[in-house]
Amino acid sequence: MAALPLIEKEVVDTYHWLSNGEFLELVTLSELTPGPIGINSATFTGFKVVGIWGSLVATLAFCLPSIFLVSLIFRSLSYFEENVWVQHFLRGLRPVVIALIGVAAYSLAQKGIKDWFAIMLGIIVFTLVYRKKTNPILLLLLSGVAGLIWYGS
Amino acid sequence: MLPLIKQEIVEKKKVLTDEEFIEGLSVAQSLPGAIAINTACFVGRKVRGIAGTLVSVLGASLPSFLIILFIASFFLQYRHLEVVQNFFRGATPAIVALIIGAVVDIGKSALDDWGDLIIAFILFFITLFFNLHPLWIVLIGGMLGVLRRK
Repeated sequence: MAALPLIEKEVVDTYHWLSNGEFLELVTLSELTPGPIGINSATFTGFKVVGIWGSLVATLAFCLPSIFLVSLIFRSLSYFEENVWVQHFLRGLRPVVIALIGVAAYSLAQKGIKDWFAIMLGIIVFTLVYRKKTNPILLLLLSGVAGLIWYGS
Repeated sequence: MLPLIKQEIVEKKKVLTDEEFIEGLSVAQSLPGAIAINTACFVGRKVRGIAGTLVSVLGASLPSFLIILFIASFFLQYRHLEVVQNFFRGATPAIVALIIGAVVDIGKSALDDWGDLIIAFILFFITLFFNLHPLWIVLIGGMLGVLRRK
């Protein structure tokens, strides 16, 4: 989820592969399906821009850095694990993750919450998921159905 | 996610011992990329070398790939319909709420002093106000981590 601002920046702002609306829909679809958001974004965007081959290339390209980096540092993993500089750097990423997920929330809210009904839905979902631990997928679907009824009538 | 992977690899298939599985995993997971994919690369490598890496990445990414491909091929045809748009208008506030929930949850478990919290806030605001590329934030945060603890 911390990768969302990065994905948004490149896919929407830099390359205009997806519109704001399509990006919002992608995040929602990703939340509704299992699997990492990076793979979902790559497949979705590749398919939208080029078709099947686009999705294949984009998804492959998303996995390549992982394959490359893990292979590269595999033999010296224990060195990295014990190196204090690496440890401090990684520890410093904790606030970064929080900040970036916060940015993702802000950006999505700015794009997708435009009236008081939406604000109310957001507050209700937050309360239910946080206080009552209701299933997030169920809430997401119910919230969509609420939108269907409210905006459709 | 991790307990699930561990259960399959260590307890059911017994291809790695508990220690082998854990060793190096935290570093592998903090590399750039999706955690599930990095873990797959790492476990695959430990079990069967480079070929293991390739096969496990394929295995880890294929389900998401196929699911999203399937959805996208329908969705992109029907997304302009009013019914579909209204559904997503309703779902978006829920997504925002869930992400804010994640911020609070992760914040509680990952930040253990006021310094971290303040840094998180500052990074949040400078990303928004200066429209900084997220990669800069990663670098700045990591450097701050080193400077604060050296």
